[in-house]
Amino acid sequence: MSGAHAHGSAVDSLFVEAESAVHGLAPEAKLVALVGFVVAAALTPRTSVWAFGVYAVAIWLVVFVSHVPVRVVLRRLAVIVPFVIFAVLIPFIGGGEQTQVLGVSLSVDGLWAMWNILAKASIGATASIVLSATTRVPDVLTGLTRLRVPRVLVAIIAFMMRYLDLLVRQLGRMRTSMTARCHDPRWLWQVKPIASSAGALFVRSYERGERVHQAMLARGYTGTMPTLDRRPATAVDWSRAASLPLVAVVTLIVAVVL
Amino acid sequence: MSCAPLSVSQLRFTYPGEHHAALDGIDLEVTAGERVALLGPNGSGKTTFVMHLNGLLELQNGAITIGDLVMSEDNLREIRRRVGAVFQDADDQLFMPTVRDDVAFGPANLGVAGDELDRLVVETLERVGAGALIDRSPHHLSGGEKRRVAIATVLSMSPHLLVLDEPTSGLDPAGRRELIDLLVSLPQTQMIVTHDLPFALQICPRSVIISGGRVVADGPTRELLADTALLAQHRLELPFGFDPTRV
Ligand SMILES: Nc1ncnc2c1ncn2[C@@H]1O[C@H](COP(=O)(O)OP(=O)(O)OP(=O)(O)O)[C@@H](O)[C@H]1O
Ligand SMILES: [Mg+2]
Repeated sequence: MSGAHAHGSAVDSLFVEAESAVHGLAPEAKLVALVGFVVAAALTPRTSVWAFGVYAVAIWLVVFVSHVPVRVVLRRLAVIVPFVIFAVLIPFIGGGEQTQVLGVSLSVDGLWAMWNILAKASIGATASIVLSATTRVPDVLTGLTRLRVPRVLVAIIAFMMRYLDLLVRQLGRMRTSMTARCHDPRWLWQVKPIASSAGALFVRSYERGERVHQAMLARGYTGTMPTLDRRPATAVDWSRAASLPLVAVVTLIVAVVL
Repeated sequence: MSCAPLSVSQLRFTYPGEHHAALDGIDLEVTAGERVALLGPNGSGKTTFVMHLNGLLELQNGAITIGDLVMSEDNLREIRRRVGAVFQDADDQLFMPTVRDDVAFGPANLGVAGDELDRLVVETLERVGAGALIDRSPHHLSGGEKRRVAIATVLSMSPHLLVLDEPTSGLDPAGRRELIDLLVSLPQTQMIVTHDLPFALQICPRSVIISGGRVVADGPTRELLADTALLAQHRLELPFGFDPTRV
């Protein structure tokens, strides 16, 4: 049990504790800024290479202001590796006009497609990493509520997060107890206990869900989550957060017009 | 804060699909402000009984009255406000993202909002000595901290009757002592399920022993715990070397 505690929650682990202007912004302002920025980047024509340079500079400025260590951001960028692998394959398999690079024949269209995916994926991912590193999950949920996302939807996300956490810990405990009884699955034919424990895990989680529901009923829950809004975004929050998408939108307009 | 008497008569309950009755005719009277320990072996029906007190299990047979309110579908909401139940596993009790929201959940459901809600949350957490935990995530607290917060989540609804299911399980000796201080300081009528007999003796003048879904003994805790034959018959054991007549 204590081991699982030491590892903390799977959910809150993305948050990086620090004092910064970005951490202090109201979550709803950050959410809107993120969406605005990413949409602008996604809409930018891939041939406007300079525009992506502007986006990269803008988002990395935010990283520096947020005091989130650069190596943390780079490590988390590893999530886009699958896209990268996919993207670098395109020039090899793409058709149309070909160009020679180091004696290899590559598709020009494919190269542009690769650039497009790499640039947009890395900029979008960096922006999301900044949000998740500077905003706690509960605050993101509060932000969603304030943005008028239906309360039921927010409640579902909240419980998913909560249960994910309990589930991971439950699984950890079951694995510990199996290991304690000398079960050490290394080979495929040894996984049967793990597979059957998935069933037990489900039953346990289901029962826990029932008990939590009862605890909610006991405290007057009647089917709708109460609003617990505090400290909504101020004009200062909005204007600070707006600077990022504003830069992006201006860049986008220039890129499209040129 | 006020406290309410509790009256239970001929309470019977069988879980759906089971043959054996989990509760087999419970009769119990508790006066306002009394602190009563509910003792009994594993599977004797204590948790099942507790779940009845705020209507989490539907009444099959018998009657429950809390203060002037009779347990019924119509009164359920008010009964749940008056009865604060703290469950056996604190992880079930705490389900909101932060301690603050968890403590606010009950009163918010009752319509408390804004500054009043904020004040209530802070006050209640101070009351249980957990003021510093307000912005923490409840599932990362220690067992003792979780227990305090769990108690705060029901205290914030100003209940008249507090029902606690095994509140000392998983607490270290200091945590246990702090819990004792807290419970003794609360004015509410209290029904405390426990396997910790010295704990029962320390804070509950009266004890009820449940076994096989029935009340088999009801009297002053000191007398019950001194009756070795009674305890042995119902699988209750005092810690080694503990003498209830000499505490
Ligand atoms: N959800 C359920 N479905 C069917 N039977 C149940 C259920 N919960 C409890 N029981 C049965 O009802 C009886 C009383 O259980 P209960 O949980 O009330 O005991 P308890 O006194 O709280 O025990 P413990 O000291 O172990 O917590 C037991 O025989 C138990 O197996
Ligand atoms: Mg029990």
